Amino acid sequence: MANLYQSLELILPEIVLSLALVVLVTSDLILHKDKRLIPYIAGLGIAVTGAFVINQFNFSGFAFQTSSNTLRNYGMVAVDPFGVFFKLIVIASSILIVFFSYSSEEINKTIDRLGEYYALIFGMMLGMFFMITATDFILIYLSLELLSLSSYVLSGFTKLRDRNSEAALKYLLYGAVSSGLMLFGISLIYGLTGSTNLYVINSLLQVNSFNGFTFSFAVILVFAGIGYKISSAPFHFWTPDVYEGAPITITAFLSVASKAAGFALLIRFIKTTFVSFVDVNGAWALIEIFDWKTILVAISILTMTLGNFSALWQDNLKRMLAYSSIAHAGYLLLGIVVFSNQGLIAMLVYFVIYLLMNLGAFLVVMLVANKIGSEEIDDYNGLGYTSPLLGISFAIFLISLTGLPPTAGFIGKLYLFIALVDAKMITVAVIALLNSVVSLYYYIRVLKHMYLIRATESTPAVVSSFGNKLLVLIIVIPVLVLGIYFSPLIDFAKRSITILGL
Amino acid sequence: MLQVGLTHFLVVSAILFSFGIYGIVTRKNAVMVLMGIELVLNAANINFIAFAKYGNFGFSGQMIALFVIILAAAEAAIALAIVLNIYKTFLSVNVDEIDHLKE
Repeated sequence: MANLYQSLELILPEIVLSLALVVLVTSDLILHKDKRLIPYIAGLGIAVTGAFVINQFNFSGFAFQTSSNTLRNYGMVAVDPFGVFFKLIVIASSILIVFFSYSSEEINKTIDRLGEYYALIFGMMLGMFFMITATDFILIYLSLELLSLSSYVLSGFTKLRDRNSEAALKYLLYGAVSSGLMLFGISLIYGLTGSTNLYVINSLLQVNSFNGFTFSFAVILVFAGIGYKISSAPFHFWTPDVYEGAPITITAFLSVASKAAGFALLIRFIKTTFVSFVDVNGAWALIEIFDWKTILVAISILTMTLGNFSALWQDNLKRMLAYSSIAHAGYLLLGIVVFSNQGLIAMLVYFVIYLLMNLGAFLVVMLVANKIGSEEIDDYNGLGYTSPLLGISFAIFLISLTGLPPTAGFIGKLYLFIALVDAKMITVAVIALLNSVVSLYYYIRVLKHMYLIRATESTPAVVSSFGNKLLVLIIVIPVLVLGIYFSPLIDFAKRSITILGL
Repeated sequence: MLQVGLTHFLVVSAILFSFGIYGIVTRKNAVMVLMGIELVLNAANINFIAFAKYGNFGFSGQMIALFVIILAAAEAAIALAIVLNIYKTFLSVNVDEIDHLKE
């Protein structure tokens, strides 16, 4: 029993999150006449969970160990600084999403169902938390499904336009297929190794030899499930349609938090299953059975190239940001293909910056859409003159997404490219750099519409409330500050690369 | 007398998996695509249980299969709700006709 209490102590944030979910659903029933309190309850729940997550920096360990295991005694959940880092990313983006939803017209039109909305967001968060910490295939699959099922519903939540339901259907079909493929892959790995625990599989892989073809086939199937969550090519087809059709708050949430959980799962999966040891320079030695390096380099280049080139022709800003988020998934994968601690640090740094600049860009698009109900690029003509604060902030976010100094995006890309060059992967670095140049075209095109085309009568003068202005400033200031003063962020990332087990 | 072994189960599950993928790729009706997904999940279930029985891995395989059955039910419920919603908006569940979001 002592083991159980210890385990429960290790998953305190998840327990608090579940309790907050229950409180939210109950208060939705009690306050069925007036839903205005619900966002505050949700925000409070996330804040309390965040406090418990920060507290987790002090200890680490395995929860839910199976004592009957004859091999090494590892549990289903690993609590470590790496997991805490990604949990904090999820918490930060969730808090921002609560603020976004508070001022979103789309969500306020369906205010009578606000309780469900936040309950589903909490369901997504719970799924992400377990995905980030899971070290056992059963828990990985369960948490992935928990995240997916909640997000299917949320992507079609508002039902104001045709495109909401269409987004939900497309997300559902692609998601269900890829999670089915993933489950089949898990069943094959289970058959080959006799275990679902990543650590046990790792120790078996180091000693025994397995049928390489079957094992590679199974691993590719598992990657299909994860690749769908991080929207890497060839599993990215859902991304533009779902991002365009879903309510914009959910689009922003999917593009940051859901992607963070997917990346955390991918890194933990690769590091605990396929890395035999980490040498003194921090390079990861991969087990021979599956050539992750070649596959991930190919996928990452394909992802960023497809994302950037498809974004060139987009006139809908939500759709353009969807392709840009595919391209960023490619950049983020570059942090993994290096297979070293340095690459991981670069990726973590990039993720914090990506969170800020991507959510910021979606916030501006949402504020404009609140006013005019559309995201077409022609509606942004002359916006820089009619609403200066939004124009300048949007320009900063887009420049940061391109990766130009003096914004934070430059620092993120710089660290990624340094990691690539140090690992002697210059060709890949050059391709990524050329991709950034391509991305400059479609980001600057928005700036051209905002500043070089005269405002017409249809151009909205977006007068935001004080709260919205504050929200924009809260996001835009870190993007600028982190471009100049970034050493605390690097130190934080350096402390967060410990993954239990090696 | 033919002894039923692990291979038989694996062949059945491989056939189910292939049928499932074939259904997902070829069918136009959203409900039929969901049935294809269901076949893939059940192919995985057969694998889990057969491996657990013939590989002497304990009961973990059966346990995973139970989880998967529950999740498949939950997924089917949400999927049918979404398909119903699609039918209300588009008056059709043909996945080829639901393409308002293409540029």
